[in-house]
Amino acid sequence: MARRALSVSPLGRVGAALAVLICGLYLVAGLAVGVRAPSDSIARLTDGDWAALRFTVLQAVVSAGVSVALAVPVARALARRRFIGRGLLIALLGAPFVLPVIVAVLGLLSVFGRGGLINDALALVGMGPWSIYGLQGVVIGHVFFNLPLAVRFLLAGWQAIPAERFRLTEGLGGSVWHLLERPMLREVAPSAFAAIFLICLSSFAVALTLGGGPSATTIEVAIYQALRFEFDLQKAAVLAALQAALGIGGALVALRLSVGMVQGAGLDRPVLRQSGRVAGFVDGVVILAAAAFLVLPLGMVAAKGVAGLGDLPDGLPAAAIRSLCIALSVAVATPALALAIAARGGAAQGVAMALPLSVSGLVMGTGLFIAINPVIDPAVLALPVTALMNCLIALPFAIRVVAPALARAEQAYGPLADGLGLHGVARVRVLYLPRMRRALGFSAGLAGAMAVGDLGVIVLFAGQSQETLPLLMYRLMGAYRTTDAAAVALVLLVMSLSVFWVFDRGGRADAASG
Amino acid sequence: MKYLHLSVAGLALAATAASAQVPTLTVYTYDSFASDWGPGPAVEAAFEQVCGCDLRFVTAGDGAALLARLRLEGARTEADVVVGLDTALMSAARDSGLFAASGVSADYALPVDWTDDTFVPFDWGWFAFVADRGVAAPASIEALAASDISIVIQDPRSSTPGLGLLMWVRAAYGDRASEVWTALSDNIVTVTPGWSEAYGLFLEGEADAVLSYTTSPAYHRIAEGDATKTAWAFAEGNYLQIEVAAKLGSTDQGELADRFLAFLVSDAVQSVIPTTNWMYPAVMPESGLPEGFDAADERPAVSLLLDPSEAESLRREAIEEWRAALSR
Repeated sequence: MARRALSVSPLGRVGAALAVLICGLYLVAGLAVGVRAPSDSIARLTDGDWAALRFTVLQAVVSAGVSVALAVPVARALARRRFIGRGLLIALLGAPFVLPVIVAVLGLLSVFGRGGLINDALALVGMGPWSIYGLQGVVIGHVFFNLPLAVRFLLAGWQAIPAERFRLTEGLGGSVWHLLERPMLREVAPSAFAAIFLICLSSFAVALTLGGGPSATTIEVAIYQALRFEFDLQKAAVLAALQAALGIGGALVALRLSVGMVQGAGLDRPVLRQSGRVAGFVDGVVILAAAAFLVLPLGMVAAKGVAGLGDLPDGLPAAAIRSLCIALSVAVATPALALAIAARGGAAQGVAMALPLSVSGLVMGTGLFIAINPVIDPAVLALPVTALMNCLIALPFAIRVVAPALARAEQAYGPLADGLGLHGVARVRVLYLPRMRRALGFSAGLAGAMAVGDLGVIVLFAGQSQETLPLLMYRLMGAYRTTDAAAVALVLLVMSLSVFWVFDRGGRADAASG
Repeated sequence: MKYLHLSVAGLALAATAASAQVPTLTVYTYDSFASDWGPGPAVEAAFEQVCGCDLRFVTAGDGAALLARLRLEGARTEADVVVGLDTALMSAARDSGLFAASGVSADYALPVDWTDDTFVPFDWGWFAFVADRGVAAPASIEALAASDISIVIQDPRSSTPGLGLLMWVRAAYGDRASEVWTALSDNIVTVTPGWSEAYGLFLEGEADAVLSYTTSPAYHRIAEGDATKTAWAFAEGNYLQIEVAAKLGSTDQGELADRFLAFLVSDAVQSVIPTTNWMYPAVMPESGLPEGFDAADERPAVSLLLDPSEAESLRREAIEEWRAALSR
């Protein structure tokens, strides 16, 4: 890439140091689990483990492939249409990704389940019932979670093509698809595929619940079993290493297929193009279908939550404040980390993008617990460690958004900034912040929203009075209090979307006026 | 960075408490025991009134998570007492060597004889399939397998009830367990990681019945005024889960820990168990069970329970058998 020709900037050195720290953290946690294991027991993988391995890879490849394939028409339609509520729709599209798994699954089942809307409709015309459970359910579940993410990555790709290019291409009678869109997709799609592949690789509850039985077991289930019921830390470490190797290997293969392309600078005009009536109709249908698929289950979640709003549990305000504090710190820290690491690029960036998604959260949390416990009461660090882990989990997504924006800013204005002697903090303030506002705001919003909904390591660390919103919700669900839990889920959904909206808006407000 | 201030404030509070020279009893328990709606707050208030100590709960997700955490911490653990292991975990807990005898016993109202000087039972329940009263109740697991009733169960690799059902089928059908699982496979809508997901799916109408406890309908009757749910007692019996507490061998508050364990089986705690933990109390409270707690048809005549060490040695093989039968 072009900016790699520059000598390493001060920001890049910070990024390199951060990447080393992240590597160290994962290494310490991994070793803590692996070394604590009784050395006399050789970890033996059973037939079940190998079957789990095969299913894990199969479902991750299919889920990621379907998510990205479906995202292409949706992102394309969203890129070239303007309609009332478009901003709201794009914000809502992000919601499944940031919801706690069980909330999203229950929402999904209220549409696709045995007693869901689709089977109700099929029954009306004397058909059905259709069962979601099986590989199809796992894929539907993962597409529900990840299609929005894929759409956003691809949409960012479309938005990165200067409007002038579209006009020039169309004006000269060229094919927009062949000259602009397909090259852009070849750059962006593999990285979106890699991200979703990694997410699905460590899927636990979605795969098990919607998979219909033990044939839909993922490695994460085997890791859970080894850690919890067999207390076989060595086996957990071996399985986690296997999972991480698969993840990193898979991501490398996907990224190899990526063809780099840095767009020239434009004047930041929106990509507003009017094509023919047929294309308009197709775009409309695509947008409606995607919206229905993603928004209907959310609507069901919200409708159930409203019933419990009259009598909210006592712990809610405190849990909401804790979750908000975590979300805000994650929203501020993540884009900053992403910017520094993207400024270094290369291996540092690769590590920060692959590790957090490849390493089992349960193993990571257990490893940190083992490492921290002799030094300090883990409950004291419950919230900071949860924030840190949320930040690391969001980092791969933030870097995916921030790195291309940084490359564009550097390519277009880097020489000018060099000429003006802008380095270090001044360069961040004068060049990066204004030119990358949209990417930074979006990644802050995404990271913050993910942090609101993530149960994360708080389960392993939290004391009696440290529950976050997702933990409160799980605890309510575990005590028959489904109405209360639904209300908390609604609060969580609204808070998560608000966090995303505020930061993303903050990033876009300036770009629109500038 | 607000959480940083919060945790600093927490440290300051802890320091104040320590300087007051009141002994602290640290009790590890699972989340829902210590939650606002669980027995925890009542237990804490009542024990602190008589013990001249500070009772502190530290929580983990469930019984298996508690034992895993204690094993990770080893002798360094701050825990003095753990509340919330169960009969399925007892063998592994005993083998860990972390627990010490307390000698506490009581006049237990358990369906089985209990003589153990280390593990003190504080509540119990039968696993059962819970359904709407409208669904015709099958008489046994085999009858359920032969019917077209749909069920949601939990994964035995990640959930206590899931493992309980595995042992249930083993205890009731012995060598025919695999056959029974094969017959059950077309009744199983799906297998969830934990109890919450399965029960949530059931309440959403995804299945006719869910694997839970005979006491689950009591929650709906007493807390929600909803009498439409019932639990099925089977002819071959229902499998038992007995929840236990124990003293850690590494405790520096041994005497206080023994007093707490004795307190746990006293009327003060046992009388709040039914409507906070929604399980049967281990010792019948003076006031008896609350109105509507169980219905006559929800009490199995036979209680199944494998010896903990037998269950432990069976587990791996039984899980593999289960996986093979359901993967077909």
